[in-house]
Amino acid sequence: MKPVLPPPVRRISVGGAPTVAEPAAGGPAAAEAPATGPAGSIAARSSAQSPVAAAVERMRIESVWLAYGERWVVRDVTLPVRQGEVLALIGASGSGKTTLLRALNRLTEVTASASRAGRITLDGEEIGDMEATDLRRRVSMVFQQPNPFPMSIFENVAYALREERSSDRSWLRARRRDLRPQVIDALRRAGLYEEVADDLNHPALRLSGGQQQRLCIARALAAGPEVLLLDEPCSALDPISTATIEQLIVSLRESVAIVIVTHNLQQAFRVADHVAFMHLGELVEYGSSEQVFDRPLKQRTRDYISGAFG
Amino acid sequence: MAAHPQALEPPLANRQGRRRDSLSAWPLIDRLAYVLCWAAGIGLCAVTAAIVLFMFVKGISYLRPSLFVQSPTGSLNQSQAGGFLDPIEGTLLLTALGVAIAAPIGVALAAWLSEYHRPAWLARAVESGVEMIAGAPSVVLAIFGLLVFSQGFLGFLSQRSAGGAVYGRSFFAAGVIMALLAIPLIVAATREGLAQLPAQLREASYALGKNKATTIRHVLLPAVRQDIASGIALGMGRIIGDTAIVVILLGSTLRLEGAGGVPILSTLRGTGSTLTAYVYQNSPAGEGNAAQKAYAAAFVLLMLVLLLNFVVTRLSSSGSGAGA
Repeated sequence: MKPVLPPPVRRISVGGAPTVAEPAAGGPAAAEAPATGPAGSIAARSSAQSPVAAAVERMRIESVWLAYGERWVVRDVTLPVRQGEVLALIGASGSGKTTLLRALNRLTEVTASASRAGRITLDGEEIGDMEATDLRRRVSMVFQQPNPFPMSIFENVAYALREERSSDRSWLRARRRDLRPQVIDALRRAGLYEEVADDLNHPALRLSGGQQQRLCIARALAAGPEVLLLDEPCSALDPISTATIEQLIVSLRESVAIVIVTHNLQQAFRVADHVAFMHLGELVEYGSSEQVFDRPLKQRTRDYISGAFG
Repeated sequence: MAAHPQALEPPLANRQGRRRDSLSAWPLIDRLAYVLCWAAGIGLCAVTAAIVLFMFVKGISYLRPSLFVQSPTGSLNQSQAGGFLDPIEGTLLLTALGVAIAAPIGVALAAWLSEYHRPAWLARAVESGVEMIAGAPSVVLAIFGLLVFSQGFLGFLSQRSAGGAVYGRSFFAAGVIMALLAIPLIVAATREGLAQLPAQLREASYALGKNKATTIRHVLLPAVRQDIASGIALGMGRIIGDTAIVVILLGSTLRLEGAGGVPILSTLRGTGSTLTAYVYQNSPAGEGNAAQKAYAAAFVLLMLVLLLNFVVTRLSSSGSGAGA
């Protein structure tokens, strides 16, 4: 195998190089797309640019093993999840990254045969000891395919806002009028409000794919999560929608910890501060996105990002 | 975005429509099958048209406005035998009652079977139970119903004779058994809809911290509203069309005969008939032998079914999309 730098990374590095030296460009600046177009502005952001001042560790994955039935699909993975930065999980199909992601809000439990060993903690508390519904409000998730509910745009977000407490009847009492400010706020954070301000009562399924995905992000944000899990959120979208969502991810990382699973290495490089490379269920390499892409320590990482397999 | 440049339209002469492949190139057996398919389709259309046309011509010619407002009376003289106001009321009342009982039970059963299905042995037992009811002839259900509703402790649902015997025939009794006819159809349609929803929809709701019950009630069931509606429409069709249960369990009395003094309750506890029973009684096969009224009533029945289907379809499609 040739030890050359992988083509995709090289291309971004070249594009990203000048901006690394450019001190003015900050995280929030990514929201205002420069005239070069969204793709250019995304490429301009690099993880070396502006790590948010103080990344706080929110979740910790400690020696976690995950299995479906008798088959272990994640083996002994240890990773921190920090607020203020984006963690990207990369790896070939079947490497267990989506399973690991789903384990973070116990969505793996929807599959009856799934089991786990090891600790996953949220602010020091083992997630297995928490109420699943509480956990999932704190660790929310956006999926690969945009999956808005078949209701209006407003109701899609309002549904996430409505608290679930069997003891009080706030679910029933929550009126549209009371929820409106929060719904608008969530749509705004997801960068969708301006586009749908007049159509809040229109069916969500009439939105474009990219808008639907941002609605799903708005919905996930409305639940007030501390950690946001993204499972290949752009794989069903066109490049322009992808760029919009990548900007959004970068701008959100200050307020929520973000974990993103992606097959797109360029995307991982563009949005992530830290990258974890998984292969056949094992964590091969974890480090800053600069280090993993530019100076991978392991041969397997090098092979993967150069396109030798996967 | 940018306006479409007009020059993109190709010149009309260059356009090619869908090309038909010529039948003569097909093997003989395929050509025969093709012709048979056509014949079957056209044949069915012809039969349908014949039914509608025949009922229309016969029905309209015997239909009088007075038939809708007069109660039937038991007279041998046709001109004195009245109209079919009571059977129409009976049809509407019985259908409403049957659907009101069947819809919640059917939807709940479907939700449980599709979304929980635990314990598995019980779910399988329920599934075969629903299938059995779906396959049972309505006359069997009716006889069974009569047995049940004649029990002393259910006397409050019908009327009691002076000796204390329970009559067992009433709108309540017929409505419950009619609901049995509709439940399998509602269950099947709802389950079909739920099965076609992507698993992602459920996970998206769970990922927002919602539990299963909330997900079913606020996401899944609204999403299958159309399927529920079509199940209900099918169920209504079966209820309206059934005769055996009316004859056996509703008493098939010419008029609505109340039981007891409380206004609405008295009707529900009392007996009556529906258009199907009326058609049967007045057909040459029945006691009334007033074929003209049977045709008129049958026509009204047909129109009623079409109208109900139309209304249900409209209701379900206009409700979808916008927020619940």
